[in-house]
Amino acid sequence: MITLIVNGQSRAVDVPPDMPLLWVLRDVLGLTGTKFGCGIAQCGACTVHLDGKPVRSCLLRVGALGTRAVTTIEAVGASPNGAKLQQAWLDLEVIQCGYCQSGQLMSATALLDTVPQPSDADIDAAMAGNICRCGTYVRIRQAIKNAAARV
Amino acid sequence: MTRFHKGRIVWAVFAVLLVMGCVLLWNVFPTPALGFAGEHGAIYRGPSPTGAPPELASADMVTRGAYLTKAADCAVCHTAPGGQPFAGGLAFPTPFGVLYSPNITPDRQTGIGTWSDADLLHALHDGVGKDGQRLYPALPYEAYALLADDDVRAIRAYLFSLPAVHASPPPNRLAFPFNQRWLMGIWAVMYKPAERFRPYADRSPEWNRGAYLAEALAHCGDCHTPRNLAQAPDNRAKFSGAVTEGWRAFDITPDRDAGVGAWSDAELAQYLQAGHAAGHGSAGGPMAEAVDNSFAGFTPADIRALVVYLRSVPARGDPGRPAPRTAPATEFPREALTGTDARGRRIFAGACASCHGWGGVSLITDFATLTGDRAVNDPSATNVAQMVLAGSDRRTGGGAAMMPAFGRAYSDSEIAAVANYVTARFGSAPSHLTAKDVARLRRATAG
Amino acid sequence: MPTRASAPTRRTMLKGAGVLLIGFCAPIVRTARAESAPFAPNAFVRIDGAGEVTLIMPQVEMGQGVYTAISMILAEELDADWAKVKVDHAPPDEAHYANPALGVQATGNSNSIRAFWKPLRKAGAGARACLVQAAATAWNVPPAECRTASGVVIHDGNGRRADYGSLVQRAAAITPPADPPLKDPSQFHLIGRPLKRLDTPDKTNGAAKYGIDAMPPGVKFATLAQSPVLGGKVAQVDDTQARQIPGVRQVVVLDDLVAVVGDHMWAAKQGLEALQVAWDDGPNAAVGTDEIWARLRQASARDGAVAKDAGDIGRALQASDVIAQTYEMPLLAHATMEPLNATVHVTPSSAEVWIGTQVIERVHAAVARAAGLAESQVTVHQHLLGGGFGRRLEPDMAYQAARIAKQVDGPVKVVWTREEDIRHDIYRPVYHDSLWARLDGGRIAAWKHRVTGSSVLARWLPPAFQKGVDGDGVDSAQDIPYDIPNLRVEFNREEPPGVVTGFWRGVGPNNNVFAIESFIDELARKAGQDPVAFRRAHLSKSPRLKVALDLVARESGWGTPLPPRCGRGVSVQPSFASWVATVVECQVDDEGEVALRRVTTAVDTGMAVNPDTIAAQLQGGIVFGLTAALYGEITLEKGRVQQSNFHDYRMLRIDQVPPIDVHVIKSAEAPGGIGETGTTSAVPALRNAIYAATGVPLRRMPIDRSLIAAGAKS
Ligand code: FES
Ligand code: FES
Repeated sequence: MITLIVNGQSRAVDVPPDMPLLWVLRDVLGLTGTKFGCGIAQCGACTVHLDGKPVRSCLLRVGALGTRAVTTIEAVGASPNGAKLQQAWLDLEVIQCGYCQSGQLMSATALLDTVPQPSDADIDAAMAGNICRCGTYVRIRQAIKNAAARV
Repeated sequence: MTRFHKGRIVWAVFAVLLVMGCVLLWNVFPTPALGFAGEHGAIYRGPSPTGAPPELASADMVTRGAYLTKAADCAVCHTAPGGQPFAGGLAFPTPFGVLYSPNITPDRQTGIGTWSDADLLHALHDGVGKDGQRLYPALPYEAYALLADDDVRAIRAYLFSLPAVHASPPPNRLAFPFNQRWLMGIWAVMYKPAERFRPYADRSPEWNRGAYLAEALAHCGDCHTPRNLAQAPDNRAKFSGAVTEGWRAFDITPDRDAGVGAWSDAELAQYLQAGHAAGHGSAGGPMAEAVDNSFAGFTPADIRALVVYLRSVPARGDPGRPAPRTAPATEFPREALTGTDARGRRIFAGACASCHGWGGVSLITDFATLTGDRAVNDPSATNVAQMVLAGSDRRTGGGAAMMPAFGRAYSDSEIAAVANYVTARFGSAPSHLTAKDVARLRRATAG
Repeated sequence: MPTRASAPTRRTMLKGAGVLLIGFCAPIVRTARAESAPFAPNAFVRIDGAGEVTLIMPQVEMGQGVYTAISMILAEELDADWAKVKVDHAPPDEAHYANPALGVQATGNSNSIRAFWKPLRKAGAGARACLVQAAATAWNVPPAECRTASGVVIHDGNGRRADYGSLVQRAAAITPPADPPLKDPSQFHLIGRPLKRLDTPDKTNGAAKYGIDAMPPGVKFATLAQSPVLGGKVAQVDDTQARQIPGVRQVVVLDDLVAVVGDHMWAAKQGLEALQVAWDDGPNAAVGTDEIWARLRQASARDGAVAKDAGDIGRALQASDVIAQTYEMPLLAHATMEPLNATVHVTPSSAEVWIGTQVIERVHAAVARAAGLAESQVTVHQHLLGGGFGRRLEPDMAYQAARIAKQVDGPVKVVWTREEDIRHDIYRPVYHDSLWARLDGGRIAAWKHRVTGSSVLARWLPPAFQKGVDGDGVDSAQDIPYDIPNLRVEFNREEPPGVVTGFWRGVGPNNNVFAIESFIDELARKAGQDPVAFRRAHLSKSPRLKVALDLVARESGWGTPLPPRCGRGVSVQPSFASWVATVVECQVDDEGEVALRRVTTAVDTGMAVNPDTIAAQLQGGIVFGLTAALYGEITLEKGRVQQSNFHDYRMLRIDQVPPIDVHVIKSAEAPGGIGETGTTSAVPALRNAIYAATGVPLRRMPIDRSLIAAGAKS
């Protein structure tokens, strides 16, 4: 049994320690908001927060979590920046198919938590790891700026 | 022009040739691998440094042979990518052309199925094949010549226990005169030790075991010792690092900055056994192969013996090589960059930061931590570029150490840019790779 | 007439917008549809006693915003209260939901709005007529005296009002009129407004359910491997080690694939890796990209089937000054963000499928075939799609998953790894285009275009492949927008050995517009004319496109000075019944790397149902096209696809994407298609921008950086 803290709750799961967090979230805990896109940390669809830092859950072994708390897209709206970004996403109609957007929002939230008023270069650095096959990038950039501008 | 002048010119030419000849002679002068260890001394009374480890003392010959085959890392060279183990066919790009490793499974037509113990002893000790042909020193018989006869017999017993694979490697592609195998006879006379490994009486049993493992079996010097013009290891610079097959084999002498002098014994042991040591980064390329195929199977005592031995070789400081940087980079990159530096950062942001982290300390796996890694502290960035090109697909005890191979879809200039960015951001000195350099590195590893 | 039965179990209220109910918890079950809803005048509209309007979506949502646009059209004519509108996926039912333009129940070819524009308006208006009639009868007034607004029937004379919910019983008894009057566009109050999308709120909080998120009770997880050589078979399997992996439940071996079933995807993946499989490579073991190209080039020497012949091309090209050129497009994978997957539960007497698909009826049939059941025994639950781009116009993933599920006790979710997804895609065809033209006094006097390539239609919709011409393969070439007196367009079918080809965002027009617009730029240069002016001079019969071209030229700053090594390129196209002109501005460096600086596009797509969605689709489509132009190519070696994941099949990332300005031209014409237009327009515009910056005329995609570098230095 491995105990992990997900979205503020302690959850015990009976899985091998080398199992990536992504599959624990999706297949064992039923938190399907975190998406599988590549499995090799190249697309960002599986991004969650580990003690507030963005991390790709597809390669993160659940046994290596220790006491670090996991936040997923299902709960990111509880944080001020998460909520602001979700609203900015809707206001600007960023989303197309939406499959990448859990990861986009997790990365964007982590960015605003680190850099409250990000420049274009900051957005590039924080968001380049998140692929959007539908090509919503122009709006993602604008929505981050809009969210940052809102107090 | 006067006769006097002519005479002077003749003399000058002669002098230049003489100097060149001396330099050449000095360069190709044979230097025994264990020369630094001094005299053998009086009679050695410790346990035998050869053979399989004591844990396998009662095991059968095949099992002991399996251990020794692993320790000699035969599989790495005698297995083609995606091919059957030991069936040969791996390409060796050399400065003189391409060689292919032979099939050493017991197949009678294409392998070594008809070889006797004596045949294998002759090959490994003397560099002469069953058909009497001279072998190229791609087979490191300057090391295997040190192997104890019993160990060679055990290795043969193991190889003969394997399934025979019917497979012929492609023919070698060597240019004249290097396709003249008889020339290798001269090479063997110059560089092959005349006798098997003999223990050194005034060294500890551990040291002697380590020396046997490193010199006769693991043949560390094959990669880590620079080669002279005759392509033989130049042991005056023993273990001070060299570029082999396009990858840098690092300085493993006890020098604190350039070598492994600053590593603890435990770190060295961990690196050898797992391909990774906290704070020192991860093995890649040929070293990762050596770890996975060979060292990972060593007993802890044998690993310790190797460490003891490594500590004893002379340190050779390389003044050009600063000490590795041990501090992480900033948590988030906010410096203003332009030109190719900016391109390097962009590529890093898209393809690398997710795993390696902007600070260089991976949140995902220790294997991906760049801080302290020797490759990122190498201002030639050879291994950084090679890792980016070829990636890594290792299964280790500590989990998968996986990195995608970016070589197919990223251009030479992109790879140069990201390698330069990585060394500048995480290493002690920035590299200045160009697209041409990367093209050369690609060629060096292309079979 | 089918009706909806199951009650919605999850709803999301949006401020001031409709409600979306989707997901497997509101299953759309064919058999259940016979049960009654109070008022169901046609296949698209349901209204219950509480006045809740449920609209059934005949087209699927894969990011193009079609659920919102379809709802807007229906609600517009229905005069529904937008806040009370919910949408639901349509079940597999070709009789009611077939795409009128395709004849099958499919979402593709950017035609959702074009094809359904009339039928949906009629459906909405017909339902409205029934409700009006019901109220008029109750009030004993002529229906013509009643009007409707926001879900209410109103009689201004007697001041009576009845909301739709109160009328459903009566309305249900009324047969909808065959030809109800439609609104005059000037009365539209929903259509044309940038309304908020209905499907997006759930996509910001992880609640949206894609096919890959299906979790029927007791579901097991599987992943599969097919032969690395395309078309190969399983020869031998040793599963000893795989079975020892904790969590592995079952190993399924079929003739062409192996799958490992486990408690979770990780067990399945680990199991698959531990499986020792020997493959029988089959007939394609030697196929390589070079051979594919060689065959295509050889085939291009043949005359093709004539798709269009105007004037006298034979005479017009009988001159020594004919300009000839060829252009080529590579194989491409779709790489939808959501990897292929399908969840299937097969029992001896039934099958249930959970999937996001563009072709639900084909999935329905494929699963029935795989499971050996009658179609009536199969239920398909539609989900959201994490990208379609044409990949989900194929039912192969459902078929394979059903074959696996047939061996498994209980439901099983089969998820393709990204590697399998890319290596066993149904690829965008390779094309080789040969073009010939003659200039006369700075104008194009003759033009011949021969398209050599695979015919997707011949496989996908055989009746559409007539007389050797693939209509999609010559789309935008036979209807080239330029005024050319002598014109011939030919199609030459040549299938790449071993490779199955399929639709891919833009397909035929993608290829043709690239070839045409590249060639036009080269001709303009020969004629010594500016690319915009040259095009403009040939657009007299395409006035809408001329307007778009003028607009994009103005908005992009065409002709204004640029820094060194920068260039602007333009493309125009008549594709998908939309008129699009695009300008790409880029910069190249000495190593041939291309940086995108700016994209401007102008579109006349007729009446814009939701203008913001149109802008979004163009922006996304342009990124999709630029990605292909900069990086996209699938290659084969020894029958194996060499790319596998995003590290070697690259995607454009946010830092490479420049501002993309979209100018939507106001129009009263019927709506055109939009989803693929950006993709089609971006590729030639970028190619021409590089041409302008360096003088290097790239003639095949993706761009070749070494050619650009050589040109940039000279
Ligand atoms: S699934 Fe983890 S980064 Fe793509
Ligand atoms: S919205 Fe579809 S992948 Fe980003």
